[in-house]
Amino acid sequence: MSPRARLTLATIAVPLFLLLTLAAVGGILWVDLSAEERDAFAGLLAPRVGLMFVFVALAASCAIAAVRQLHRSYVAMPARLAEEARVLLSTGAARPVGVAGSPEVRALVETINALAEHRRSLEDDVAERIRAAMNSVEEEKNRLAALMSELTQSVIVCNLEGRVLLYNGHARQQFRALSEAPAAAGGGELLGLGRSIYTVFDRALVDHALETVRHRLLRGIQAVTHFVTTTRSGQLLRVQMAPVLSGGEGGVVAGGREVSGFILLLDNITRNFETESRRDQMLHTLTEGNRAALANVRAAAEMLDYADLQEELRERFRKVIRDEVQAMSQLLDRTATEFADSLKARWPLEEMLGADLVAAAQRRIEQVVSLPTKLEEVDEHLWLKVDSFSLLQALTYLAHRLSDEFEVREVRFRLLSNGRLVHLDMIWSGQAMSTETVMSWELEAMQFAGESSPLSVRDVIERHDGEMWMEREKVRHRAFFRITLPAAVPQVALEAPACPAGEGRPEYYDFDLFSWSERSRALDDRPLAELAYTVFDTETTGLNPSQGDEIIQIGAVRIVNGKLLRGEAFEQLIDPGRPLDPESVKVHGITADMLAGRPAIATVLPAFHAFAADTVLVAHNAAFDMRFLQLKEAATGLRFDQPVLDTLLLSAVIHPNQESHRLEAIADLLGVEVVGRHTAVGDALVTAEVFLALVPLLAAKGIVTLRQAREAAEQSYYARVRY
Amino acid sequence: MTKKILIVDDEQNIVISLEFLMKREGFDVLVANDGDEAVRRIRAEQPDLVLLDVMMPKKSGFEVCQEIKADPKTQATCILMLTAKGRDTEVAKGLALGADAYMTKPFSTRELVARVRSLLGMEA
Repeated sequence: MSPRARLTLATIAVPLFLLLTLAAVGGILWVDLSAEERDAFAGLLAPRVGLMFVFVALAASCAIAAVRQLHRSYVAMPARLAEEARVLLSTGAARPVGVAGSPEVRALVETINALAEHRRSLEDDVAERIRAAMNSVEEEKNRLAALMSELTQSVIVCNLEGRVLLYNGHARQQFRALSEAPAAAGGGELLGLGRSIYTVFDRALVDHALETVRHRLLRGIQAVTHFVTTTRSGQLLRVQMAPVLSGGEGGVVAGGREVSGFILLLDNITRNFETESRRDQMLHTLTEGNRAALANVRAAAEMLDYADLQEELRERFRKVIRDEVQAMSQLLDRTATEFADSLKARWPLEEMLGADLVAAAQRRIEQVVSLPTKLEEVDEHLWLKVDSFSLLQALTYLAHRLSDEFEVREVRFRLLSNGRLVHLDMIWSGQAMSTETVMSWELEAMQFAGESSPLSVRDVIERHDGEMWMEREKVRHRAFFRITLPAAVPQVALEAPACPAGEGRPEYYDFDLFSWSERSRALDDRPLAELAYTVFDTETTGLNPSQGDEIIQIGAVRIVNGKLLRGEAFEQLIDPGRPLDPESVKVHGITADMLAGRPAIATVLPAFHAFAADTVLVAHNAAFDMRFLQLKEAATGLRFDQPVLDTLLLSAVIHPNQESHRLEAIADLLGVEVVGRHTAVGDALVTAEVFLALVPLLAAKGIVTLRQAREAAEQSYYARVRY
Repeated sequence: MTKKILIVDDEQNIVISLEFLMKREGFDVLVANDGDEAVRRIRAEQPDLVLLDVMMPKKSGFEVCQEIKADPKTQATCILMLTAKGRDTEVAKGLALGADAYMTKPFSTRELVARVRSLLGMEA
């Protein structure tokens, strides 16, 4: 019974009960009285009946009021409190239950509020702890990513299926160098999160290495293995593989830990290898190559020993000896020159910009010796092969002795090229010391200003396969030490990895991919949220591919594991080989000048095909872009046969009643910020954000898998209109 | 009867010494300057012994050796390989292909003479 019904019942029942009680008392008295008494009583009552009714009615109203009051405080109030408390329970709202009613009720309310408060503080505490834990995990991830990005070695981490979970900037650069595609993909078609490493390395090779690692684990040996492989572009890579072990128990592999992935450390050894083979070749020239000549000389020389030799023959043998020895000398010279680099000491020398070395020397000398320094001529383009630490130490040591023993007030540096060598001069004004002094400086171990090295200057110079001497410039009354150092081939400065403005660290890792498993299910039955996508857009010369309109720009971004990878974008302008439609220029703002000298579609499409490999294609109004791609199939032999999703159609599935499904309109509706529209990559980015926003909305409509999404899209109103 | 020796080498500077040396030892000396000529002359002149260089144009010493030793008419010919290839594997290859002896350049002419004489069954 509802509180209101109970109230009605009580309001009727209580006065009724009052009247009945009065009537009953009156009735019993009436029956008990004698006839005279009844008359007397009636005589007494008759003039006061009105008053009696008034009192009875008053009593009844009082009773009703009392009932209502009781109901309000003991039925209605608790019911309202219960509702409020229920809200508190279900929503955890901060608003406490209102305190009102009788003292008992009030005490109850206060208790409820105290409990709610207690619960809220517990919840806050838990939330705070979770946040702290997540922060520390995030921090660790960032620290790891920072560490990786600083490494000068290329690192790639893969799960067991060869999907890339992490790579560092160096690996990115290395793959950019390996890539045969135009600059657009930047190696991104080879290396990217979630991409298969088997596009670069032979699967059998990696499997074999993994097998070796497992065996080594079982036998308890350090589980690391190496292999050398050539890439498609002919580079030689030395790869070191180490396992990633899962923390889980009960694995089948040694120590109860299973291999859950692997780490690859890559070294491009193409250049080392060339040096090695040149060294081999040189050894060969000098040994085997000389055998025949030596044999000729020896035989001829031995013939000369015969006393009965005729003069004419004797002269011929002598000529053989002269000719052969001369040829051998020439061979020796040629080899020595040609292989000079390979003859260098095996001490690991780093390649360094000469100007940087000089600047470092200046800093050190000013700091350690407090000696002012200046620059004379320094060739900014010279690269050296040096062990910079020991060389700087030697320069500082020499400066120290100059300042200490000859009161030199300033040293100057000069760096000049001289063929395969670089001359590094340290110049000072004033007297020159004796050759013996220079010799002793060269030969003593370098101990000065708190530094103590077991090496001498001579040792350091020898390490560089160089020479050092002192020269006088008498006219200018000064002298200098000249050190010859090996020149290095200038290095192209490695570009910093391209990172879209306003973004933080590029997304180089995604450990969630560890839990990816090569799903036995077909692509169609996999949830949208776990697929990898290439979201792309094209700009074209016009709207009619069948009438010769061409693609002039392709932009694409990737979505892996529900994350938009801004760092792995594809953007390329393409020379269409035909004039632009002025109308289209207004849309995309790409002019003919911008397209001059760009690669043709035939070179770009293979790179884009590789970039999009193994992913689902997503585009806004995909039919338009796909038409352009499909028309190129015959010419390039590349088929884009992966599944395609269209954000326009998916949006129509979610919001069938919206008038416009233009990209801007959908983005606006879904709260996606639109930046840089009408560049291919800008549109691709917006499309990707829109797509990511659509996925949960689709899921709410029960559209979870790729198959469901494709079917829903096909049935949408727009699809029916279109096709 | 005078033994006949064929010297096969493309380098005149060694041929001149070997020719003088072998003639001085009293042998009949023939010379061939490449592999093809060597095979032709062995077939035509049936020398008792061939001093065969390995590195030659047209046909290498290894090929000449194999061809001669495979042909029943010529396989009795003694072959002494002279080569600038000093690696063990090349010595093994020469002997496996049927060479009777193998000397690595540079060699002592005295030893060469001794080897030739012993291969021909003459006293040292």
